[in-house]
Amino acid sequence: MDPMESIKATFFQECEELLADLESGLLAMQAGAGDADTINAVFRAVHSVKGGGGAFGMDALVQFAHVFETLLDGVRSGGISATPELIETLLRAADVLSDHVAAARDGGSVDEARAEESIRELEHATHPEESAVTAAPALVVAEPDEFGFTVTPFSPETLLDEAPKAGAWVVTFKPASDLYRKGNETLLLLRELARLGPTTVWLDGAALPDLATLDPESAHLKWEVHLAAEVDERTVRDVFEFVEDDCDLQVRRAELSVSAPQPNVVSLAAEKPVEVPSAPEVRDAAPKVEPVKAEGAAATVTHATIRVDPERIDRLIDLVGELVINQAMLAQRVIESGLPASSTVATGLEDLESLTRQIQDSVMAIRAQPVKSVFQRMPRLVREVAAQTGKSVRLVTEGESTEVDKTVVERLGDPITHMIRNAIDHGLESPEDRVAAGKPREGVVRLAALHRGGRIVIEVQDDGGGINRKRVLAIAIEKGLIAADAQLSDEETDNLIFLPGFSTASAVSDISGRGVGMDVVRRSVQALGGRISIASRPGKGSTFTLSLPLTLAVLDGMVVDVAGHTLVVPLTAIVESLRPKPVDVRRLGPQGAVLSVRDTFVPVIDVASILGFREEPLSPCDGVVILVESEDGGRAALTADSIHGQRQVVIKSLEANYRQVDGIAAATILGDGRVALILDVDAVIGMRRRDASRDYQPPLAIAG
Amino acid sequence: MTELTSIVGANRRELISFCIGEQEFCVDIMAVREIRGWTPFTPLPQTPGYIRGVINLRGAVLPVMDLAARMGLPPVQPSARSVIIVVTVSERLIGLLVDAVSDILSITDESIQPPPDVACDRVRSFVRGLFTIEGRMISQIALDRILPEIEQIAA
Repeated sequence: MDPMESIKATFFQECEELLADLESGLLAMQAGAGDADTINAVFRAVHSVKGGGGAFGMDALVQFAHVFETLLDGVRSGGISATPELIETLLRAADVLSDHVAAARDGGSVDEARAEESIRELEHATHPEESAVTAAPALVVAEPDEFGFTVTPFSPETLLDEAPKAGAWVVTFKPASDLYRKGNETLLLLRELARLGPTTVWLDGAALPDLATLDPESAHLKWEVHLAAEVDERTVRDVFEFVEDDCDLQVRRAELSVSAPQPNVVSLAAEKPVEVPSAPEVRDAAPKVEPVKAEGAAATVTHATIRVDPERIDRLIDLVGELVINQAMLAQRVIESGLPASSTVATGLEDLESLTRQIQDSVMAIRAQPVKSVFQRMPRLVREVAAQTGKSVRLVTEGESTEVDKTVVERLGDPITHMIRNAIDHGLESPEDRVAAGKPREGVVRLAALHRGGRIVIEVQDDGGGINRKRVLAIAIEKGLIAADAQLSDEETDNLIFLPGFSTASAVSDISGRGVGMDVVRRSVQALGGRISIASRPGKGSTFTLSLPLTLAVLDGMVVDVAGHTLVVPLTAIVESLRPKPVDVRRLGPQGAVLSVRDTFVPVIDVASILGFREEPLSPCDGVVILVESEDGGRAALTADSIHGQRQVVIKSLEANYRQVDGIAAATILGDGRVALILDVDAVIGMRRRDASRDYQPPLAIAG
Repeated sequence: MTELTSIVGANRRELISFCIGEQEFCVDIMAVREIRGWTPFTPLPQTPGYIRGVINLRGAVLPVMDLAARMGLPPVQPSARSVIIVVTVSERLIGLLVDAVSDILSITDESIQPPPDVACDRVRSFVRGLFTIEGRMISQIALDRILPEIEQIAA
């Protein structure tokens, strides 16, 4: 890759993080955290994006970031108070900034009107007393001071008197230790400065500790340079461009009379200190920058992380997967060879197994990511959807740091986006209706993530009106999805919204009515081995619950034999396995049977016959019964011929080269090198239900 | 270099030919990833009969299609001579179970004739063209068309 391109790629990666920091900082401010740290973090994020953008010549981005930053600087210095309205403005500006970054990255363009509008808002907030129209040209006339915030009002006369570039500069420069650690050299910087014009340099060694307490690797010195050159401030600052995060740098216009602060004069350019002609101080805001710089440097020290190309980790995970398979194969060979379990080979193999498992867990942990990256995209979505629907919405997020495998995180975005759109568009009522119903105007959408039983659970909850069951039923009947006289429980009614071809929005809205219904969400979730369910209370709101495996790479399963085929049943679905007594099995109907387990009846499903491996179902008493629980809480008794044992298997996609198979979640490779199929317990239960209703339908059809 | 150019020229192509029963077929060598001996399949439920099952191809799950059954011929009876030709079809890998691999052929595009009109629909859709070489008639398989079902579901 072109080195410039790779630097650019890194910049955009950083931009993403910075924009995320920016947004979370602003949201924290909105939630009432107005402390200096938060405001500084927000400022720093915009500043860093601007800095990087400038280096790559992204003018539109830099221009926008500059206006944004100017306002933030005002907030930071306390000149402008962070009112809720201001934070709204800042959040909108953050959205525009991220559009700018996206445009710079993908070569697209930014919505000009929106960007202009945002710039106007920002400028108005920066100079409330001036109108934006007059403020803009004034800023342009002023020299392009990239850090400046106009504190001192200035009059055009002073500008005319003073040519923008003329004058002398006082540069105070105190390197931090990091400057040297990064291989920079003060002398070179000073020489560079001297190239701009005659300089006089004073060394301030006041901070130098005693020899006894001196840490030779720290920076203690400070320089003050008087530069008599007809250059603008930017040129002076450019000298320090690469070290500005690692030093305290002040650049200001020289005072009328310059007095040498220290006696030890080092005349670098072999010239006398120059008496500087009068340079009225038009604007002197530069010193404000320094505290941020110092913090910026501190922040980089505390974060010791490395960036790794995800492909390398994926490769590592694949290799560890192979290792697990090979280890299992080896273990099987050892058993087949008839070595006693106490032999050193067998015990060594056990150690190997535990090590393999640890390696696998560690590697998976590397790839685990907090769901934050997905959750962070949601506030913007909420703002946009709220604006489109004219509803007032507050998003509350919980459990952002819940970690889950990268493969899952990547695929969480779409379902969550859809559920949130749905919650705002269909779930929440309009502000007027809410007030009428005695609720606060502002609706709340809660997005939460948590670990539960080896899975990650995502909840999207709204405090809206809940599902209008009457309307859902009417629509389902109208669309022919259910029979007109069907008797459905509340729960069954709620679940109708997951049926293909169902959409409750009476007017197909721009937001959720894109022909993509909840059925698509359900299907994409199921493709991940997940489940989605809904709970709704009229007048109180609805909760969508999404449950997904923590990883799509490995799974703990029970290896069973059905009609000569080896299958893996995911352990998370298994409640218990048992050998039933004949008295516990009762016939029910022509084909069906139920099993009595501690006084509850559970339908019996023969896995082999439902998958078509065998015609006549196996009697539960002739084999083993595995009691499973589906995601929606329903139980079933699966019959298998025998159980081989429990093991961790590496999930291999069937879809990669073939397609999804009903009743099968995925495949894996067993110790003997053969492919075994992983059972999709919920799908099997669903197939059984469909079979049962099919058996039952023909007489009805004849009767009708 | 001239010799090479004459073999793999713009209008020449290399094909791998194989037998299914009495008939001889071929596929473009560029689509073939490897040729493997027979290994036991894991049958898939809810699958058309011509998908015999899946096998482990160095850690990936590879579906194996019985090409004979796909074309309406009697299914292949796996034997020690049976082979699985692993081909790439629209970025997916699929194994074709055939009786035996016979030859690598180099032919010109001009010598390929379209299948005659009298042939049945299935032959017409799966056979791209016919040609004769040393008195044998060989049919070139249209790989992109033997997986209509997979493609539809993937779409």
